[in-house]
Amino acid sequence: MLGYILKRLLSAIPVLLGISIIVFLIMAMIPGDPATAILGSYATPENVEKLNRDLGLDKPLFKRYFIWLGNILQGDFGRSYSLNKNVIDEVIERFGATLILAGTSFIMCSLIGICAGVLSSAKQFKLTDKLITFIVLLGISIPSFFLGMMMILLFAVHLRWFPVSGMWPIYGARDLTALISHLALPASALAVVATGVIARLSRSAMLEILRQDFIRTARAKGLDEKTVIWRHALRAAMVSILPILGIQAGFVLSGAVYIEMVFQWPGVGRMLVDAILKRDILLVQGGVVFVAACYVIFNIAVDVAQHLLDPRIKA
Amino acid sequence: MALLDYTRRAMLAAGTATAIALSAISLSAQTPDDVLVVGQIAEPKALDPAAVTAVNDFRILMNLYDGLVRYKDGTLEVEPALATSWDISDDGTVYTFSLRQDVKFHDGSDFNADAVKFNFDRMLDEAHPYHNTGPFPLSFFFSAIVSVEVVDSMTVKFTLNAPYAPFLSNLAYPTGLIVSPDAVAKHGTDFGRNPSGTGAFKFGEWRSNEAVVVEANSGHWEGAPKLQAVVFRPITDANTRTAEMLAGGIDMMVEVPPVALSKFQGDGYTLHEQAGPHVWFLILNAKEGPFSDVRVRQAANYAINKEAIVNDVLEGTAAVAAGPTPPAFAWAYNNSLEPYPYNPDKARQLISEAGADGAELTFYVTEGGSGMLDPVAMGTAIQADLQAVGLKVNIETYEWNTFLGEVNPGLEGKADMAEMAWMTNDPDTLPFLALRTEAWPDKGGFNSGYYSNSKVDELLEAARASTDQNERARLYKDMQTIVQEDAPWVFVANWKQNAVTSDRVSSFSLQPSFFLLLNNVDKN
Repeated sequence: MLGYILKRLLSAIPVLLGISIIVFLIMAMIPGDPATAILGSYATPENVEKLNRDLGLDKPLFKRYFIWLGNILQGDFGRSYSLNKNVIDEVIERFGATLILAGTSFIMCSLIGICAGVLSSAKQFKLTDKLITFIVLLGISIPSFFLGMMMILLFAVHLRWFPVSGMWPIYGARDLTALISHLALPASALAVVATGVIARLSRSAMLEILRQDFIRTARAKGLDEKTVIWRHALRAAMVSILPILGIQAGFVLSGAVYIEMVFQWPGVGRMLVDAILKRDILLVQGGVVFVAACYVIFNIAVDVAQHLLDPRIKA
Repeated sequence: MALLDYTRRAMLAAGTATAIALSAISLSAQTPDDVLVVGQIAEPKALDPAAVTAVNDFRILMNLYDGLVRYKDGTLEVEPALATSWDISDDGTVYTFSLRQDVKFHDGSDFNADAVKFNFDRMLDEAHPYHNTGPFPLSFFFSAIVSVEVVDSMTVKFTLNAPYAPFLSNLAYPTGLIVSPDAVAKHGTDFGRNPSGTGAFKFGEWRSNEAVVVEANSGHWEGAPKLQAVVFRPITDANTRTAEMLAGGIDMMVEVPPVALSKFQGDGYTLHEQAGPHVWFLILNAKEGPFSDVRVRQAANYAINKEAIVNDVLEGTAAVAAGPTPPAFAWAYNNSLEPYPYNPDKARQLISEAGADGAELTFYVTEGGSGMLDPVAMGTAIQADLQAVGLKVNIETYEWNTFLGEVNPGLEGKADMAEMAWMTNDPDTLPFLALRTEAWPDKGGFNSGYYSNSKVDELLEAARASTDQNERARLYKDMQTIVQEDAPWVFVANWKQNAVTSDRVSSFSLQPSFFLLLNNVDKN
């Protein structure tokens, strides 16, 4: 097992190196440099050149890449010019906010999605199944940013149950209730599509299991339906549901970008969008590499979990 | 039915949990008394006036700092601030300022001539010990300064390399705001997050991506502000900003999107509007192609329905522009100018006189950018208007930075016309950088359409060298008449900045400088 984990971790290194090269090249290739973005209308060639020199962007490309990579390996992600702050401090702080949002959302969509899928499969072709299938289809079809705006209009502007945006109240205690009230709308909006996907795939995974012999045996020996479904069938189906959850976790994490923009959630997605618009090269590079590393590690963890759950899956 | 029982129980539990959570939330979204919450468009970069360039950041800075001079309320004319008076030498190169007595920075240190010298040396002298607290992207505003000398503790002398009339209004710009030398020495490169000035509000705290809080400075030389504190919240998304305003989460919102204006028409809100030193225009390529003929350039000005653009496309958030200088520069604006009327027949006649019927034109349009308003929709409307008078217009759309990269080096060999917008702080800036022969792109200027008129060059050079405001005004007015006639641009719109305040806010008005001044604002 340990060897497997080690092997997977080693194979992540070329992936991360590749990502660092790609993000570096993309930032070098997109039109517009930080100096032009800062100076706006005043971007004369002379002013741009001087500012680029001040920002250390006048060195050749490959040299800049190796300086940057060398610094990262020593834990120095550089300083963001647009925030006037160390990149790594900002990324960790913002990634924490994204994790709270995406994590809550992920728990919501996993629980609701699996429950809906199980319920739907247990009541195949009955009214419950049709109702759930319909709601799921609806959920999958609504773009999350649009749903987010509609939720703001209804729950924040008209009903005033929840705040419109942000993560903490401007005044007052920063406690769990305050966080939950700010989290409710964005986390729900973010969870809807993934819930639908998980529900659909859980349903088919369950249907497959429910047709198998050991389920018939379980029913035949007189176990009640609850035990058959939740203890025996779901457990077996989890082997195929788990990788779906892994993929959906990535989906929720990337979907957080839109939701963070709509709800002004101070997460890493909004940070990256702002940084790209301001051509804050170091912040974009550092942010992408950091998020990619987290995603790679998360995927390894899912694989390891699957391995533990079903030893038949070969390392 | 065991299965359904289970879920019903789960639903009940979930419902109860939600109800408990909801009951704990305060339903009132009311902001506190005496504290103004402002919905900003972005997180500020830094609170160091020498290091920032965005109007968004200026909105905070103007309340934290004072400059030597400032714009008189409601105008773009300079009046004393930290300097009580000044003398200008006859040749226009030496400015001597007398400074206000007994002014202290928020950190307790004294404001004096040494502090003023420190501020400008930090920006301009690469050998200065605190030059590394930059970069200072707008330091070229003061590139005419040769030296700053301390005459005595309350007198400071600036020597320029040549007469430069916009100097005073550049001092009134945020780049000229005075920071505390002690605070810069103490915080170094982190000064931008620990600002200290002399302004009506002092820095409270900065919670990244949530809020910048400033508190009343009771010892301000003009008296304490009425508000206890101001909270600036960055809300990038315009729809979300609108929703916050409607939900009562903020008291003031800047840059209301045109489509949301109708939401704030009724009671409970005040809509503020103010035209600013902004002009939106089309650069016409006067070097080659149909627009090298002045008649075709004038025809374009007649053919485009500017009223329709400002009223229908921009929903009234802009006014029709008459010439190259925005009316916000009231002292330098030529009131006798009338915008080119919408007259397609006259346009057709001019075009056929010039033999340009059916000419094909390439038109550079940007997707968006600083001061560009709604460039795609405006570009499309312009295309249709020109089509109607027999000019075939092909639009090429570019992302803003790419667009600047195409337009700023000049349109020659590429395009016949391009959208552009400028916002400046002195009537000198735009024409000097974008209309003189010496400002053609190959000479480092922004005259991307290669307009050239020796009389205009002469007037602009003379206006920059003069230190007499009346003299300058006369020269700018003459320049505007000539430029309007020559039509190197299609003059389209002057943007009106807007803001919405809730009915709890009083004594607020927008400034033509687009700065947000809050020292007299009250809230109850």
